[in-house]
Amino acid sequence: MTRVLRDIRNNLLEFVRTFGAFQLFFLRLLRHSPAILSTRFGLVIKQVYNTGAQSLVIIMVCGLFVGAVLALQAYSNMAIFNAEDWTGVAAHLALVKELGPVMTAILFAARAGTALTSEIGLMKATDQLSAMEMMAVNPVRRELVPRFLGGVIAMPFLAAIFSATGMFGAHIVGVELFQVDVGSFWQQIQLIGESADVNEGIIKSVVFGFAASVIAVWEGYNAMPTAEGVGRATTRTVVITAISILVFDFMITAALI
Amino acid sequence: MLSYAATDGPDWNTLGDYSENLIEIHDLKYSRGHRAIFDGLNLTIKRGEITALMGPSGTGKTTLLRLITRQLIPEQGAIFVDGIDISTLNQTELYQLRQRFGMLFQNGALLTDLSVFENVAFPLREHTKLSNRLIRHIVLTKLHAVGLRGAADMMPAQLSGGMARRVALARAMVMDPEILIYDEPFVGLDPISLGVIVRLVRRLNDALGITSIVVSHDVEEIATVADCSFLLSDGKVAASGSPDELRTANSELVRQFMHGMADGPVAFHYQAPGYEEQLLGRDIE
Ligand SMILES: Nc1ncnc2c1ncn2[C@@H]1O[C@H](COP(=O)(O)OP(=O)(O)OP(=O)(O)O)[C@@H](O)[C@H]1O
Ligand SMILES: [Mg+2]
Repeated sequence: MTRVLRDIRNNLLEFVRTFGAFQLFFLRLLRHSPAILSTRFGLVIKQVYNTGAQSLVIIMVCGLFVGAVLALQAYSNMAIFNAEDWTGVAAHLALVKELGPVMTAILFAARAGTALTSEIGLMKATDQLSAMEMMAVNPVRRELVPRFLGGVIAMPFLAAIFSATGMFGAHIVGVELFQVDVGSFWQQIQLIGESADVNEGIIKSVVFGFAASVIAVWEGYNAMPTAEGVGRATTRTVVITAISILVFDFMITAALI
Repeated sequence: MLSYAATDGPDWNTLGDYSENLIEIHDLKYSRGHRAIFDGLNLTIKRGEITALMGPSGTGKTTLLRLITRQLIPEQGAIFVDGIDISTLNQTELYQLRQRFGMLFQNGALLTDLSVFENVAFPLREHTKLSNRLIRHIVLTKLHAVGLRGAADMMPAQLSGGMARRVALARAMVMDPEILIYDEPFVGLDPISLGVIVRLVRRLNDALGITSIVVSHDVEEIATVADCSFLLSDGKVAASGSPDELRTANSELVRQFMHGMADGPVAFHYQAPGYEEQLLGRDIE
């Protein structure tokens, strides 16, 4: 019994310690960010391109189908009330406020986040980070911060692209397939949709961008420097990001209501 | 000596006591887990010489290099580089000090997303504002010295182990450091490159007045290149002196190591329970 309690206590301590270290790490990334943004913007652009281009196709394909499914569901439910014109609004709200940011962040974690983690983990395992240290180059600043910023910058754009392709998918299903009047499909959105909805989506995707990027970079930096350790770290990136995103999503939504 | 580093070197004339010893290690203790790797190690490295660190695999030679460059922090004891206690340095000072080092890692540690050329150019691009033309000139010269000018456009993944090590050597010397640290530079080289690299190490040392620290198992190569060598064993310096002195020393341990005998004071096996016992499974908990 005492052993169980001791285990619990140790795990709790370990958790608090890790969480504290994580926060310090986050602050460290933030502290270096302005300097990197102003003096080494090229490095950041390269990472925006890396993470963004990597995720673009998967984001667009998923966005298209998510939008299409939303339109299917919305149409079949709205049809009960003869409110087929509202298909567009339903898809729009679901995409912009929820599914756009959330799905993008989770897809980002799976595609770009894992790549960030394994890249950094491998650099660590092959002494590249130590080699930088020895060349008097701060690896956090040179390698981690640009990757972090790349993710932070790419995320809102990816979320916007997800929502846009999603609306395209919804249009195909609603207008082309179910023959909802194209004018009302889009006009309802103008009438009902508010900029607050879009803002909510933007806030979420920005927060998710920070969360997903810092988790991916942290996991890579703290991976055990072996093949197995790096593999495990990439899995953790996806799992931890997915959970944090959903928790944050709930908190932000609750705060904005 | 050319120096592209942004920092000013020390004034060699005012160094007093430390002018002869570039690196001093006093009573160093360091352990990994429960295993003490160093336990009261004392060692000095003289300025301008080639110092060899030898010892059985796993004695902590790489660890010692990491301690000297403060990639690791000792539990006890002090390490002085050029008279400075390195444990007192803050990050900026540490980086200034590290600019005076060049280090060849055991596995090369080339940056995998940069080409060979960019790898060698990396320190120059990070620390200097030299023009592209000049950087190109310097990098190609260094690559030429290790015989790999033709590989400038290749990516590290396309190199063999020995080639990667030679590129890493070019990178280590590109800033014209005062202290060059080589972790196993001779492993995995064919006899021709080996000869070239051995001479290169010697030449860098003599022509540029660099202080070199070479970790190697290779008793023969060390004998041709080192001025002074230390044999590490059991967390301490087991023997030291010129290679010739070591070769003729009559300590059993030194003889064993220098002549490659399996039996002697140094156990070939990492500490383990009895072979027979373990095979018969008697000590399984
Ligand atoms: N990250 C680590 N965690 C735990 N133990 C380690 C770690 N790195 C090294 N060790 C241990 O420290 C000891 C010394 O390692 P080190 O790499 O310094 O040996 P070495 O003398 O360079 O050996 P070699 O000649 O094989 O390169 C080894 O016994 C190793 O088990
Ligand atoms: Mg080693």
